[in-house]
Parts: sequence; C-alpha cells; structure tokens
Amino acid sequence: MFRRGNREPIGPLEYARRLHLRLLFFVTLVFLYAPIVVLVIFSFNDSRRGGNVIWRGFTTDYYVKAFNNESLMEAFANSLTIAFVCTLVSVVLGALTAVMLWRFRFPFKAGFEGAVALPIVIPEICMGVAMMVFFARSGISVPPDWGYPWNLGNITIAHIAFSFPFVAMVVRARLANFNRELEESAKDLGATEWQVFRDILIPHMRPGLVAGGLLAFTLSLDDFVITFFTSGPDTVTFPVKVYSMVRFSVTPEVNAASTVLILITLVLTALAIWLQNREKKETRQ
Amino acid sequence: MESWRRNPLVFAAIALPPAFWLVLFFLVPLGIVWLYSFGENIDLVTIETTWTLENYRRAGEPEIFTLFVRSLWLAGVATLVCLVVGFPIALVITTSSPKWKSWLLLLIILPFWTNLLIRTYALLNILGSRGRINEALGWLWEMGDGFLTIIGLGQLNLLGERFTPLTLLGNNFGVIFGLVYVALPFTVLPLYAALERMDRSYIEASLDLGAGQLRTFFSVIIPLASSGIVSAIIITFIPTLGSFLTPDLLGRGQVDMIANVIERQFKSANDWPFGAALSFILLYATFFALAARSLLAGRRGREDAEAF
Amino acid sequence: MTDLQGRRAGQPVIAIDTVTKRFGGSVTAVDRVSLEIAPGEFFALLGPSGCGKTTLLRMIAGFESPTDGRILIDGQDMSHVSPNKRPINMVFQSYAVFPHMTVAKNVAYGLKVTGVPQSEIAGRVEEALELVHLGGYGARKPDQLSGGQRQRVALARALVKRPKVLLLDEPLSALDAKLREAMQLELVRLQESVGITFIIVTHDQSEALSMANRIAVMERGSVRQLASPADLYENPANRFVADFIGKVNLFEARVASRDNGSLVLHVQGLGEVRLPQGMGAAEAGRADLALAVRPEKLRLERERPSPERLGFEGQVQQVAYYGETSSVFLTDQAGHSIAVSIQNEGRSTQPMVTVGERVWCSWAPEDTLLLAD
Repeated sequence: MFRRGNREPIGPLEYARRLHLRLLFFVTLVFLYAPIVVLVIFSFNDSRRGGNVIWRGFTTDYYVKAFNNESLMEAFANSLTIAFVCTLVSVVLGALTAVMLWRFRFPFKAGFEGAVALPIVIPEICMGVAMMVFFARSGISVPPDWGYPWNLGNITIAHIAFSFPFVAMVVRARLANFNRELEESAKDLGATEWQVFRDILIPHMRPGLVAGGLLAFTLSLDDFVITFFTSGPDTVTFPVKVYSMVRFSVTPEVNAASTVLILITLVLTALAIWLQNREKKETRQ
Repeated sequence: MESWRRNPLVFAAIALPPAFWLVLFFLVPLGIVWLYSFGENIDLVTIETTWTLENYRRAGEPEIFTLFVRSLWLAGVATLVCLVVGFPIALVITTSSPKWKSWLLLLIILPFWTNLLIRTYALLNILGSRGRINEALGWLWEMGDGFLTIIGLGQLNLLGERFTPLTLLGNNFGVIFGLVYVALPFTVLPLYAALERMDRSYIEASLDLGAGQLRTFFSVIIPLASSGIVSAIIITFIPTLGSFLTPDLLGRGQVDMIANVIERQFKSANDWPFGAALSFILLYATFFALAARSLLAGRRGREDAEAF
Repeated sequence: MTDLQGRRAGQPVIAIDTVTKRFGGSVTAVDRVSLEIAPGEFFALLGPSGCGKTTLLRMIAGFESPTDGRILIDGQDMSHVSPNKRPINMVFQSYAVFPHMTVAKNVAYGLKVTGVPQSEIAGRVEEALELVHLGGYGARKPDQLSGGQRQRVALARALVKRPKVLLLDEPLSALDAKLREAMQLELVRLQESVGITFIIVTHDQSEALSMANRIAVMERGSVRQLASPADLYENPANRFVADFIGKVNLFEARVASRDNGSLVLHVQGLGEVRLPQGMGAAEAGRADLALAVRPEKLRLERERPSPERLGFEGQVQQVAYYGETSSVFLTDQAGHSIAVSIQNEGRSTQPMVTVGERVWCSWAPEDTLLLAD
C-alpha cells in the first residue's frame, strides 16, 4: 500500500492510495503502537531508580528482576491457571449453548438468547460488583481455607460466566453455515444421533471451538475489572498485581512483565491467524 | 430446527449446564445487586431490602448528576473522535488492494487484543509530566531557546524562562485520549463491515452524475453506511461509558466517571446500596442504547427486506 | 482541418486512441484498442466475460485510467478529467439507484450537484420520468419498484443530464427473458428519440445484433472485428467472430492451387473444392484456412444435390427439436460433427430425418466463408 513509484494514476475510488488518507492511517498506527513500542523499549532501559524517563543503555536486568519477583510470578501463574481452566469450561459450555440455540425450539428462547448475550454487553463494572456481592453474601463461595489452587475458584467462576457467551457466539456463527444435508445424508447412511454428532457436527464446529477457546483464554488473561472485584489478598492475578504496582510507582520491572504478556498475546494471535488460514485452505480444497 | 419435546433428554443434557451457570453465576448476582439497590445499610455488614427509593434519589443530587453528565460527555466526545478518525481508516482498508486488506485490518485490531491494563499503563509512560511527549517538547524547547540565544534574542525569553511541561494527565484531555486509544479498534470494525458491504457502483454513480468527492461522501457514502455508523456508535459508546481503568489511571482521581464512583461505594466507602443503584442506572443506560439500536436496525432491516 | 474550438467536420464524439490497460503490471485487460464512435450511433462492445469490454467502458466513464493511450470526448483529451467532470453518463449493471432517495430525488441528483437552478430541476425530472414511462412514480422509494422500473430510473437519471454519450453496462442482464426483449426495443426507441450516442456493453450477441448500428467484437483485450450487425454475421473476419456470433460449422482447408477466377482448396472431409475468388477477406496469401458455413445455410436431401452446390453425404447422429427449428447433427466421412438447422415448416410431429439415416448435406458456394485465423 505504501509502495512508491507506482505510476498508475489514482482511480476515483482508490481512497487507499490518496496521500492525505494514507497519512491519516499512518498517524493512527503511530497513535496505536507508539505507546506499546515505547513500553517495550524502556523495559530494556538501564536506569537505576524508578525514573523510567531517560535512556541509559541496554539491559535485561529488569526481566531477571521480574522473574525473581515472587509475588509477580505467583500472580502470573495464577493468571495462567485461571485462564486455562476458564478456557476448558467455557468451550464446553459455549459449545452446548451454541448447539442448543442452533438446534432446538423451546419456550422463552428469545429471553434465553438475550440473557446469554448480556455478559457480553453489560459494563464490566456492573458484572464486577455483582460477582463481588454474590461471593460475599450468597453463601456460595470457595472457603478461604481450601488453599491453592481452590482459592482461585471464585475468580475462575466469574471468568467462565463472561467468557462462555463469547465462545457460544463464535461457535454459533460457525454452525450457521453448516449444511444440514450432511447430517441428513449421514442419517440416511445409517448413523445414529450420537454418531452424527461425533462424526459430522463436532468436526464442523472445530474451528469455532478453537477460535472460541483462544478468545476465552485471552479474555480471561486480560481481565482486570471483574477480577479486581473478586480477588482477595492471596488470590492476585497478573493484571491486578500490575495495577497495584502501577498505582504506587512506575518501574521498568512492570515494563518487562508487560512485554512478556504482550509477547504471549502476539503468539496467540499469530496462532489464531495461522489456524484460520489453514482452515480456509482446507475448505477451498 | 426441532422442538425440544421431540428429544427432551438430549435437550436437557445440552441445555442444563450452560443454563445453570448463567442463572447461578450471572443472573442471581445481578438480581442481588438489584435488590440491594432498594436496600438500606442496617449495620456494617447487613443490608436489608426495604424497597426504598432513597438510593436512586441520591443519584439525582447535584454532585452525582454532574458525574453522570460528565461521564456521558466524556464518552460522547471520545465516541465522536473515534468515529471521525475511524471512518476514513475504514475507508482506506476497504479500498486497499485485496492483498493488503486483511493485514491493514489486523494492524488496527491487534492493539485490542493486547491487555487493557498494559495499554493504559503504556499511555501513562507517554503522557506523564516526565513522559515521552513532554520529553520531546522539552527537547524542542531547548533547541528553540538555544537557537534564539545564538541569534542574540536569548535574553528576551521569548519561549518563557524555563520549560513548563504540559499537563496531559488528570484532566479531560488525558481521559479522552485514553478512551479513544482503547476504543478506536472497536469503532473501525462495524464501519469497515458496512463499507465492505456497500456496492461500489453507488459511489461511481454519484461521481458519474457530476458530484464531487466531498459531495459524494456526504450525500451517498455516509447515508448508505448509516447502519454501520449506528453500530459503531453503540459499540464504542457503551463500553466507554462504563470505563473504569482509563479514568482511574489517566484521570488520577481528578476526572471520575460513573464506574470509579461505583467502585468507591463497594470498596472504600462501603455504601453498597448506593453503589448498586448507580450500577443499575448505568445498566439501564446501556439497555436504552441497545434498544435504540435494535429499533433503528429493525426499521432498516425491514426496508432491506422489502427491497427484495 | 480544425476550427478555433478544435472541432472538425464529422468529428467522432468519442475517440479511443491506442488505449492499453494493465492491472497490477501483469494482467492486460485492454490491449492497444483504437475506436472512433460517431455522434448519434448506437454502438455495442460485445465479447465474452473477461474480454476487456467493461474495462474499456469504465475508462470512457473515467473510473479507470488507461495505462497507455488517450480517450477523447468531442476532441478533448480526458486523461486528467475526473468522472464527475465528463460530459457522459452511465447506466450501471446493478442500476445503482440510490436506495435512500426517492425516484424523483435520484433523477434530480445529477442536476442538483452540478448547480442547475431549482426552478428548472422539477420540470426536467418530470420530463425524464415521462420519457421512460415512469410519470407519477417520483415519490416512490427504489425498494417499491421492480427491477425493470429501477432500470428505467437509472436511465432517466442519466438522460436527464443530457450527456453527449450514454454508457450502458450490461443493462439487460438482470432482467428476465420477456422483459429483456421488450427493453431492447425500448432502448432503441429511446435512443432514436433523444438522439444521444449510446455505448452498450454486452456479452449477449442477440442483444448487440438487434440494437446496435455498429459492434466491436472483443476478445482478450483486443477488438477482433468492427462492423455492422449484418456484416458481422455474414462476413466474420476470423474464426473467433464466426464462432462467437451465431453458430458455425468449420472445416480445415489447405489451398491446393489458385488460378485466375477461382481457388482450389483441399478440405478435410469434403475433398477438392473449387470456389470463386473473393469469398472471404482473409484468403489472400495464406495456405491454411478454415471453410465455414452457418447451419441455416445448409440443406438436407435424400438425393445427390446438383453439382454446382457444395456438399457431402453423412449419417444422422442426433436430432434436437426446438419448436420453430430443429438441429440435425451429421457426421461426415472424416468423422466431423456438422450441425444443420432446419425450419419446421409443416405441422408434422414426425422428424424429417431419422437417426442412422444417410443423407446429403449441401450449400451454395457463395454461402461459404473463408477464414484465416
């Protein structure tokens, strides 16, 4: 798009080739990426005190420091544990929801559909306080004396509650273009209900399940607000830990830890794109 | 689609787990908050639902009313900025060559996948009084001052006696900057979808009939993309209105939005009933926006349906 | 000679001067095309999909710019003139009738944006709608119209601007067969009444033949023949045109000898054939030719035809009944399949020939076409 020396005159609808629009696009990219790039660069900054301001040379000390910061690493491990469990349960619940909405007519279906969409649309703060009040007052809560990893239960339950509707949305979109004749022809060839589900429907849903799973993992790993209201002093996740560090002071250690998390996100995104492209190629064949 | 009665056991096996989770861990918690919003603090830990409207009445007091107005205003300005920037961005992506299209879209969406807290923290680094922007401005000041000294005007202090950093945090600018930064990728998606769906020959027909590019933009492109624009406004405005982290970190306690006050009721102020009422006011505002959109979309949908 | 306005007597309204269009540096959509279109012509660009006809039309309209060459409208170079400044208008394949405006607003749009006074607009819009038989439809929205009516709106919207040239991109492709036929006649009537030059792009030969005065047949970016409809059909310049327009039977032939007045050919499946000179434009100098005959020029007989007619004896392989005509497929001695079209004149339900029967197939020498490439 930014190729120079292209002699072709710009067509009237080729807005992407107009200089001022390209400039706007470029400035927007700088706006979106500059803060992140600066953050990554300064995670390697060799500054003595918290002063995260002036470049003083390259170092990986803060990565070492971050890895040696026990509470930070513990928060990181908590985040990964929660995200892992949340992904597994969300994929199952999301897939069931999608199949249920796709396959059946039942009373109050529109109401159920709306309720499933609710966790996606309501402000996080509302859900956060609701979960906090629920665990504090309903009597349903993981007893604090159960210890690790059970003490992460409350956060995980809350994460699943807002993640599985997203999975359901993704899987349902995938099911929408399922060719019913495949199911019928399988039955025609003698397959039972269960065999149809296992051999026809699940393979068709697979890309949706994978995409939904990645989405659930990212959502759980990223969530701050809802976790902030459901976590206790012993159950801190990475974003909550970073938040408390950021509130008190800005340290290159946080930059280093953030860079690691950005890297994980990038890898997950690349994985998602790769899977998607592979799927596209397969369907083309 | 088949009726659940044909296969009640299969239906139950599929429906019960998600329905259970949704009801117990989402609807019940929301219900408790709703009940508390009509409640009173009896002592430090007990809240009794007395069906009082006091909590909602308090939301109408000047201080809180101002808070709501400010939140709506901040979210509105941020949405407007996102729309004005996002529309040309979406236009560039739609009209770029097929080879580039998905990559450009990915470039815009990618930040959305990055952790919100990290992105907000990254902005702190940039906007702070000793952050990157002020550092760059300070450097420019030094250069300018040095230049003036060289040409013999140094004693006049034309650029001020010393460099004063701009205040970019703890004010409306910082919060709006952060809200736009967070929401922009969101805004671009529905706009892109709407422009991608649009038949190019409408634009060509307008040009062919003698309208200039600007005229075509306002009288053809924008009206035809209106459903995408409405979606973009809703999808930007709702999460922005409920933002907690951005005003918390970039507003530095000077620029609160609704979510910050809600948080305070539940954490430090320990006034849950009032916080619950504020939560539900925010929720109702969200529902209102969603209902407005589906009303608009419904009308448009019928028009589209009639076209075929 | 040019006068002060740069006009010449009999000057073409559109001149396409060795225009080439390449996409992405590799795909050549239009390859050194030169054409001149006279005022008042009904001109057709005809060809299979991907032949470059639409690209050529879009270059005239200004939506694409030529990689090389120039397009002149009324003698003026259009290279740096944007589409909204060109004195031409277009009817789009999808009609592109703005869905958010009423019919009247659609028609008025082109006048409004070019600063025609409000007082004049209403009258001209009404007039244009009358012209396409849509008087009284002004207040409707496009989604309340049928496909054919929407096309009329697109026509009115373009014609109301009184362009020098009206471009029509596959205007009939979205209509059903009956409506398409009516619209063909309608477009010809319209063109005659407004006197504007029409340039139509189509892949449908019958559309082009029935409407246009002149047709440019395109293939892979080049114009293969430029002629009147009857000329194209009866005197195709090459195999592509002969095959694309109508049906044709081809025989490979080699020039055996030439003497004054006639040409002796060795034709596969027919043997030695003597033809008078001047049978086809492309016979000169080439040794390998194709001999072509249209199916309806062929006659089937049980007896051997008179010696001045060309012909062969073949076996009937298949008979396809179409109602007004039937197609009989024969194989000659060499095993080629030949199609013969016969009129079903009598009211008989029995086929004229039966499968497996041996019959004579013949035609007059002057109905023969000689094609070079």
